[in-house]
Amino acid sequence: MARMELKDLVKRYGAVEVLRDINLDIADGEFIVLVGPSGCGKSTLLRMIAGLEPITEGDFLIDGARMNDVSPRDRDIAMVFQSYALYPHMDVARNMGFSMEIRRDPVDEKKTRVAQAAETLGLTALTDRLPKALSGGQRQRVAMGRAIIRDPRAFLFDEPLSNLDAALRVEMRLEIARLHQRLGATMIYVTHDQVEALTLADRIVVLNGGDIQQVGSPLDLYERPANKFVAQFIGSPTMNVIPVTGGVEGVTLANGQWLGLPMRENTPFATELGIRPEHLDVVDPGPNVLTATADVVEHLGSDTNIYVNVDKVGPMMVRKHGNIPIATGDKLGLRVMTENAHLFAKGGAALPAPVRQAA
Amino acid sequence: MSVTRTNPALTLGKYVALLAYLLFALFPLYWLVKIAITPDRLIFTEGTDLWPSTTTLDNFRTVIFQTDFMAFFGNSLYVSLGTAAVTTILAAGAGYAFSRFDFGGKKIIVAVMLITQMFPLLMIIAPIYKIVASLGMLNSLTSLIVVYTAFNIPFATFLMQSFFDAIPKDLEEAAMMDGCTRFQALRKVILPLTLPGLGATLGFVFTAAWSELLFALMLISDNESMTFPVGLLTFVSRFSVDWGQMMAAGSLALIPSCLFFIFIQRYLVQGLTSGAVKG
Amino acid sequence: MVEPFLYLSPAIVLIGTIILIPLIIGISYSFQSIEILNPFATGWVGFENYVDLWSDRRFWIALENTFWWTFWSVSFQFLLGLGLALLLNTQFFGKKLFQALVFLPWAVPTFLSALTWAWLFNPTIGPLPHWMAALGILDEPYNIMGDPDLALWGPIVANIWFGVPFFAITLLAALQSIPGELYEAAEIDGASPWQTFTKITLPFLAPMIAITVMLRTIWIANFADLIFVMTGGGPANSTQILSTYIFTTAFRRLDFGFASTIAVALLIILLVYAIFVLWLRKKLVKV
Ligand SMILES: Nc1ncnc2c1ncn2[C@@H]1O[C@H](COP(=O)(O)OP(=O)(O)OP(=O)(O)O)[C@@H](O)[C@H]1O
Ligand SMILES: [Mg+2]
Repeated sequence: MARMELKDLVKRYGAVEVLRDINLDIADGEFIVLVGPSGCGKSTLLRMIAGLEPITEGDFLIDGARMNDVSPRDRDIAMVFQSYALYPHMDVARNMGFSMEIRRDPVDEKKTRVAQAAETLGLTALTDRLPKALSGGQRQRVAMGRAIIRDPRAFLFDEPLSNLDAALRVEMRLEIARLHQRLGATMIYVTHDQVEALTLADRIVVLNGGDIQQVGSPLDLYERPANKFVAQFIGSPTMNVIPVTGGVEGVTLANGQWLGLPMRENTPFATELGIRPEHLDVVDPGPNVLTATADVVEHLGSDTNIYVNVDKVGPMMVRKHGNIPIATGDKLGLRVMTENAHLFAKGGAALPAPVRQAA
Repeated sequence: MSVTRTNPALTLGKYVALLAYLLFALFPLYWLVKIAITPDRLIFTEGTDLWPSTTTLDNFRTVIFQTDFMAFFGNSLYVSLGTAAVTTILAAGAGYAFSRFDFGGKKIIVAVMLITQMFPLLMIIAPIYKIVASLGMLNSLTSLIVVYTAFNIPFATFLMQSFFDAIPKDLEEAAMMDGCTRFQALRKVILPLTLPGLGATLGFVFTAAWSELLFALMLISDNESMTFPVGLLTFVSRFSVDWGQMMAAGSLALIPSCLFFIFIQRYLVQGLTSGAVKG
Repeated sequence: MVEPFLYLSPAIVLIGTIILIPLIIGISYSFQSIEILNPFATGWVGFENYVDLWSDRRFWIALENTFWWTFWSVSFQFLLGLGLALLLNTQFFGKKLFQALVFLPWAVPTFLSALTWAWLFNPTIGPLPHWMAALGILDEPYNIMGDPDLALWGPIVANIWFGVPFFAITLLAALQSIPGELYEAAEIDGASPWQTFTKITLPFLAPMIAITVMLRTIWIANFADLIFVMTGGGPANSTQILSTYIFTTAFRRLDFGFASTIAVALLIILLVYAIFVLWLRKKLVKV
C-alpha cells in the first residue's frame, strides 16, 4: 500500500542544518522505529514525511510518486503529534471522528468507528468531555484514537505512549502491534523507549545530530552496531566502553592486562572495547579476568545490577540474571565473554567481528 | 489560582479599589443621564445637585418622537455594524497571513500599517474628500463604511494576529493530516478558537465607528444620511444648544454600544485554547 | 508565495487607496501654498512652510503641550489600566457585571464624553470644582479649564476616563494567556506576591505593554476631539496641541499648506518615537 523512498533528504532552517543526507527505503507494510537523542531531528523527519515541513533538498516518494509538493491531506497519512494537538473546542468523540467528518463519511460508520476506537483505548466513558478536562495520558490516547480511526496508507507516531503508566503502555503497545497486523499499513514510530523500539520494529533507524547512524533489525543493531554511538544507544543498560591498545589477536587494557580475542584479525586498529553489562561474568580471579570492586549493587529481583570499579580501567556495569549475593565493597573477578565483545577504531567506527558459527 | 490564605486588609483594599474604579467609570455617565432627566428650567438652578428635585422624561420623548434622532441612530447602527463586520473579516485574513506565513515584504507591510496610525487624520481629510467626491459617493453611508474600514484595519489586524499567534500551529497541522485543506482548517479549527479575538475586534471597531465624527461631518451633509454624532451636533445649532435633549439623545446613544460591549465581553474573557497541547 | 497575499490583498488595497494615496497628496500640500483666503498665493513653495514652522512660536508651544498631554494621559491610563486588569484577573462576586460597567467609558462617543466632562468641570452645573475646593485642591470652586496653568488637566482627566478600559482589556487578555502553571511553580519556589508580579507577570506582559503603550501614545498625540470640544485650545493657547493647531490652521485660517506642514512634523516625531520604542523592545524582550 505504501512504499516510501527517502532520497538524499536535507532539512535546513535558514543556515541551521537539522537533517542531512537521509536515505531510506521503507517497504510496504513495514514497521520502522526512529530513535535518537532529543533534538536529533526525529520529529522533523516525521513532519517532512507528513508534508507539514517543506523538504529543503532531495526527494520523497510514496509508491514511486514524488510527494515533495503534495499537500498533507492528499498524502493519506495519519499522524499522532508529539504535542497531541487536540482540538480544544471539540469533545473526545468529535476529535476522533474529525477526519471522517471532513471526508463526509456516513455518520453511522463514523459513530461505530469512534465507539470502537474509544473501546480499544479505554476512553468510552470520556467521549463527551473536552480535552481540557482530560489527564495527560487520556489526551494522549485521544490523539492515538484520532489516528487509528482512519484507514490510511501509513501511520506516523511521534512518541505516542510517552505519557502513559507502565501497564497502559504495555497494553497500548500490544494494541499498536495488533493494529499493524490487522491493517498492514506502513508505520513510522518515534520513541525513546528501548522496549517499544525493540519489540515493535521491523527495522530501527538510529539518528544522531541529523545523520542516520544505522538502519537494521533490532537484533542487528544489538549484535552488530555500526559504531560506538549505536552500540551505546541501543541496549539497556548501556554498553560499557573502555579504552584499549590494539595488538595481534587481542588488546591491552589500560591496566596493562592482555585480553585475547582469537580469530579476529582487525584487533590492531582497536582503540576502544565495548562490552554489554550482560556479557560480563562474575567469576573467581584468574587469567583473562579483571579484578574489580563492587561499588553499588541493585537487586531488582529478576536481575542484579552491579556497578563496579575495575582497577586502573574505570567504572563498569555488570548485569546478572537472578539474585547474586554480592555486597558493596566486595572484590570480584569479571570475565569478558570475548565472543560478544565489540571493538571500535579511532572515531568510533565498529570493527566487525567475524560471522559467528551457529552453535 | 492559589490556596494562600487571604489577608483581610488586602481583601478590603481590593474591594475599595473596585469601588473606586466603578465610581470613576460610572459617575460621568450618571451625570449625563441626570441632565437628561432634569427639567429644562432646573438644569442651571439645580446644576450641582446630585439629584434634581423633579424629574421628567420629556427630553427623551422629544428626541424620539420629534426629531430625526431615530433616523440618525439607524444610520449609525448600519455604518458601525457594517464597518465592524467588514473590518473584522478583512483583518482576520490579514492577521492570519501575518501569523502563519513568512513572506517577502511582510516587514514593509507591517511598517506601512504602523505609519497609517501616526498622522492626524486632518491631514488627509481634504484629499479623501476629493476622492470620494470624484467617485460621486458623498452622502453615502457605504462610503463611510469603506473609509472607516480602511482606518480600522491596521489595528484590527495587529489584534487578530496576536490572537492567531496564541493558537498552536500544531492544531492546523493536525487538521490537515485529518484531511482538511488549509482553508477548511482555518474555518473548522482556527476560527472557532479565535472567537474571543473576533469578538474583541468587533467590539473595538464598532465603538470606534460609532463615535467617529470627523469623516461623518465631512463626507455627509445630507440630513437623510447623518450619523448620530453628527446629529448630536445639530442640537447645538438648531435648538440653540438644548442641553437636556442633547444629553437624552446621548444617553440613548449609549445603549447600543453598551449592549454590544456586554455581548462581546464574554469572548474577551475565556481561554478556549487550554487543553490543546501537552504543555 | 502567493497564498498570504490572498488573505492580505483586500486590506492592502483599501489601505492603499483610502490612506496612502491621500497621505501622499497631503504631504505634497506641505510644499504648496494653499490658502483659501488668499487664492493668488497658491502654488509650489518648496520648503517655505517648513521655514515658517521653525519660527512659529505657537508651533513650539503646541509641541510642548502635546508632550505633556500625551505623557500624562498615557501614564495614568496605563497605570490605572494595569491596576484594573490585575483586579479583573482575580475572582470576586459580581465580576462579570463589574467588568461590563467599568469598560463602558470606552464605548461612549468621544464627543459625548467631552461634553459630559466639560459639564462636570463647570462650577455652575458640575460638582467637581466644589469637591476639589472641599478637598483643598482649589482655593474656591472655579473652572480649571479657564486657568491657563491647569486647563490641560480637564481634557487629560476626560482622556484618562475614556482610555483606561482600552489598556485594561488588552492587558487582561495578555494576563490570561500566562499559563497558570507558572504561578504555581513560582509559589512552590517560594516567591512572594510582589516577586511573582515583577518576575513573572511583568516580563510576560512586556511585549504587549510595549506595543499598546506605543500605539496609545501615537493615537493620543493625534487625538484632538476632547480638547477641541472642551477648551478649543484655549485659554491663551494653553491647551493647544499640535493636532488642534492643525485643525485651527486648516479650518479657521483655511491655510491647508501650513496645516499639512504641522502634520508632517508631527508624523516625523511620532515615527522617530515608534522606531525608538520598537528598537527598545527588541533589546529588552528576547522572544
Ligand atoms: N523552526 C526551527 N528553526 C530552527 N531550528 C529548529 C526549528 N525547529 C526545530 N529545530 C531544531 O531542529 C532540531 C530537530 O528537532 P526535532 O523536533 O526534530 O527533534 P526530535 O528529535 O523530535 O527531539 P525530541 O526527541 O526532543 O522530540 C532541534 O535541534 C531543533 O532545535
Ligand atoms: Mg520530537
